[in-house]
Amino acid sequence: MSVPVLDQLWVYLSASPLLHLLVTLLAFMAASYLNRLLGGTPFLHPVVLTIVMIIAFLMLTDTDYATYFEGAQFIHFLLGPATVALAIPLYDYRERVRHMLVPILLSCVAGIVTAVTSAVGVAMLMGASREIVLTLSPKSVTSPIAMGIAEKLGGIPSLAAGMVLITGSLGCALGPVVFRLLKVRDPSVQGFTMGVAAHGFGTAYSFSSIGAVAGAFAGLAMGLTGLLTAFILPPLVHLFGL
Amino acid sequence: MPLIAGMSVLLGCQFLGEILVHGFQLPVPGPVVGMVVLLVGLMINGRVPTGLRTSGEGLLRHLTLLFVPAGVGIMVHFDLIKADFWPIVVTLVVSTALTLAVTAKVMSWLTRSLPRDPRDDWQEERS
Repeated sequence: MSVPVLDQLWVYLSASPLLHLLVTLLAFMAASYLNRLLGGTPFLHPVVLTIVMIIAFLMLTDTDYATYFEGAQFIHFLLGPATVALAIPLYDYRERVRHMLVPILLSCVAGIVTAVTSAVGVAMLMGASREIVLTLSPKSVTSPIAMGIAEKLGGIPSLAAGMVLITGSLGCALGPVVFRLLKVRDPSVQGFTMGVAAHGFGTAYSFSSIGAVAGAFAGLAMGLTGLLTAFILPPLVHLFGL
Repeated sequence: MPLIAGMSVLLGCQFLGEILVHGFQLPVPGPVVGMVVLLVGLMINGRVPTGLRTSGEGLLRHLTLLFVPAGVGIMVHFDLIKADFWPIVVTLVVSTALTLAVTAKVMSWLTRSLPRDPRDDWQEERS
């Protein structure tokens, strides 16, 4: 095949959503394989590795994010039905959730207050700009809710989504360490904590590495944290004079 | 066919969620309300239909993959991140660790009097 033909083929391929959809799937498989090869280390989360690989690919091929998203949107779309599907494990463990309703609500509020005050406090102490402080405040909430909150407060919605993802992967790395240090062994407590601090990442981690009970509680925590943060966060941030 | 029915139930609940969010101006995203809708539906129905379980659990098993497209979007903000790099890194690490510790501690303290579920011991061996 001559070079001009290859060139045309590339122009055609990079304009169709097929290429970036395929790139996303292949990168994820490669990252999962690599993570398994390294003994499933939590410090190299497969999603983070996938994102790094894809960004490198897009930079090498000089592709902008909008073009990439045209292909990747098919995967992104599935986040909606997946969120709805969290009702299934929740239903399976409904007896246990009913049993623990008061502890669940109280620890969720404690987690949200800690997440917001520590994020705003540390960011202000470190001298971050007002815009960045506000963008960091909803970092423990699942990305669609975090984006909405950041926008309402005067932060940057799309950057908030990025902060949420980094928080999620950090939570997966730090969670097991914190549980070991604090001697927390109950899988429902572990899962719930992962859901409060690390939203969907924590939920996925709980399902795959702790078990079904933990996954159900993480999903519950993620939904509840999102719901409550939307109401608790704005007045809390006002306490800091922002 | 059950798989298609399952997927339709999930999308239908999301759709209802979106309608409720827009109708009542709720500050939460449609899918979260859709999750509540499905939970209420399952309680009324009394069991999870096979097709719904297959498609729902299939999606949940690959939940992390679904975050990739939004995550790649961070490339648009490299300049902003570079300007406030250390404040962002320190905030994320300290705040995430604190949130994990406080939530885990508060919840174990509040549930310490509840009876333990024997299934937990089996779960532990796997983790």
